[in-house]
Amino acid sequence: MSMSRDKRIRLKREKRPHPSGKTARRVWDTSNAHIRDVMHSMAFMGPSLLGVSVFFIVPFLVVVYYSVIRSPINPEFVFLDNFISVLKNSSFQTAAKNTATFSIVAVPLAVVLSLGLALILECRIPGKSWLRTFFLSPMMVPVASVVLIWQVVFHYNGTLNAVLSTFGISPVDWLNSPYCQVVIIILFLWKNLGYNMILFMAALNNIPKELLEVADVEGASPAHKFFNIKLRYLSPTVLFVTILSIISSFKVFREIYLLTGNYPYMGLYMMQHFMNNTFQSLDYQKMSAAAVLMALVMVVLIILLFKAEDVFGKDVEG
Amino acid sequence: MKKNHYVGRALLTLVAAFFAFAFLMPTVLTITNSFMTQSEISANYGKVFANAVGSANTYISDTVNLKFIPDKVSLSQYITVLIKSPDYLLKFWNSVILVVPIVLLQVGVASITAYSFTRWRGKFRSFLFFFYVILMLMPYQVTLVPNYLVSSWLGILNTRWAIIFPGMFAPFSVFLLTKFMRRIPVSLIEAAKLDGSSEWQIFKDICLPQCRSALYSIAILVFIDYWNMVEQPIVLLPDATKQPLSVYLSTINASEVGLAFAIATIYMVPCLLLFLHGEDYLVEGIAHQGSVKG
Repeated sequence: MSMSRDKRIRLKREKRPHPSGKTARRVWDTSNAHIRDVMHSMAFMGPSLLGVSVFFIVPFLVVVYYSVIRSPINPEFVFLDNFISVLKNSSFQTAAKNTATFSIVAVPLAVVLSLGLALILECRIPGKSWLRTFFLSPMMVPVASVVLIWQVVFHYNGTLNAVLSTFGISPVDWLNSPYCQVVIIILFLWKNLGYNMILFMAALNNIPKELLEVADVEGASPAHKFFNIKLRYLSPTVLFVTILSIISSFKVFREIYLLTGNYPYMGLYMMQHFMNNTFQSLDYQKMSAAAVLMALVMVVLIILLFKAEDVFGKDVEG
Repeated sequence: MKKNHYVGRALLTLVAAFFAFAFLMPTVLTITNSFMTQSEISANYGKVFANAVGSANTYISDTVNLKFIPDKVSLSQYITVLIKSPDYLLKFWNSVILVVPIVLLQVGVASITAYSFTRWRGKFRSFLFFFYVILMLMPYQVTLVPNYLVSSWLGILNTRWAIIFPGMFAPFSVFLLTKFMRRIPVSLIEAAKLDGSSEWQIFKDICLPQCRSALYSIAILVFIDYWNMVEQPIVLLPDATKQPLSVYLSTINASEVGLAFAIATIYMVPCLLLFLHGEDYLVEGIAHQGSVKG
């Protein structure tokens, strides 16, 4: 595996004696092939590389630069000053706290519940393909389209409170109280469980059947089979679903924005709200420092998750 | 023992059925409610959209009735949307001319890039691929800032290009398509090479036909993502007249809630059609992502 395909091809070619029998010519040939490969690969990669550089990499380097200077007009190096002032900013603190709280609760729920759904669909129950379609359907529905229904359900005078009141539970103003995060978690799970479930179903399908059969023969309990066989093979998928869910958890801003607009209840003020406000005030320093902080957090998270997967799924790799 | 088994299965079926019901309901309700008349909407939801009803003679029910089937099926909302107020259609068109170019361009750029990542390996290229993965995983809160800076330098801020260009080079398709292409047997490519095909011919005549279903499923995924966009238009395209329907829907006046249901339904039609037609491709596309490594 360590040797790349084209290298292997090239090696084969080198071993074959050249018709002319001259060593020097053969060496020239190989290096020529190598250069041609590089040229070709760059020709195919070029457009994307150029676009990514222009729209993401170069401006991000400028963002990093902006985050350590006083201002674009007075480019004095101030190192961590901007970061410290962003970290001390009370809106940033609220946004970071809310986003973190939401992700910490919603992401594990999304992973566990979607794995649960995938396991249910693995059992012999009727109407499986219909169920798959139903579970997957929310991901296809634009958030903007269902927001109206969510408003009817979660409004103070809405359906949920009406249902709860028949059980004698007093009404809650779901979107304007500390319960608001519950609403958003429900919307998040509704939208994302199907997608994650498909990933888990595919992974469950890839577990070697013989292994499970052997376990059956040896009388392993379902719990044992799940934790010691399935979960080990699923670990790359668990990692991937976790990362995907973290990313989508940052996108929950969409639901919040469409439900409550630019100025939601305090508990729903997310990172993206903070960014939008800094875009409006065009405070480049604040904006850049916040973006760099966020990028750092993401990179650290991703590396940690990769390491965790390395430790947990080591013996089933490959 | 045997009996237990059946009880367990029935229980699982029940749980699954409950979830399926909950998952389907909001979508179905949006569609059925779009066939209600404005007066029925006001009567049912007057309490929620409080300022929806100005005149005193409209009946408002004391409780909110989330109704499944309208009392009287009416197309009046659709007629208003489609014929009387072209404003909404204009916004729908805004969505189309933003999203369709992004899908086509992103998949186009990604297909040659993925070919490059598949065909030529090496330390530098695998580092590059890893970099694309990291970029793919960055949330909007990070990428919108660089996008905003470039757009303002190039003077395309507040035009559609400010969204189309970054969308065109978004690394998601590159990642997924590379995963697909790496499954094409190497021998196919080697054989073509021995036959004297050029790289472009190998790409066009061998690689692309093999990836047809992959391209379709990636196009669906990209389409849904951008059809649903909210963050980018708010920041990069603040001009309300150019904004897509995904942002505009939330600003619809409360007095037009009935219309909003009809527009919401129209807005999900392209997605639902794609879903019904391409569900299997979509599932395959999602399933192929597998893991982020390698």
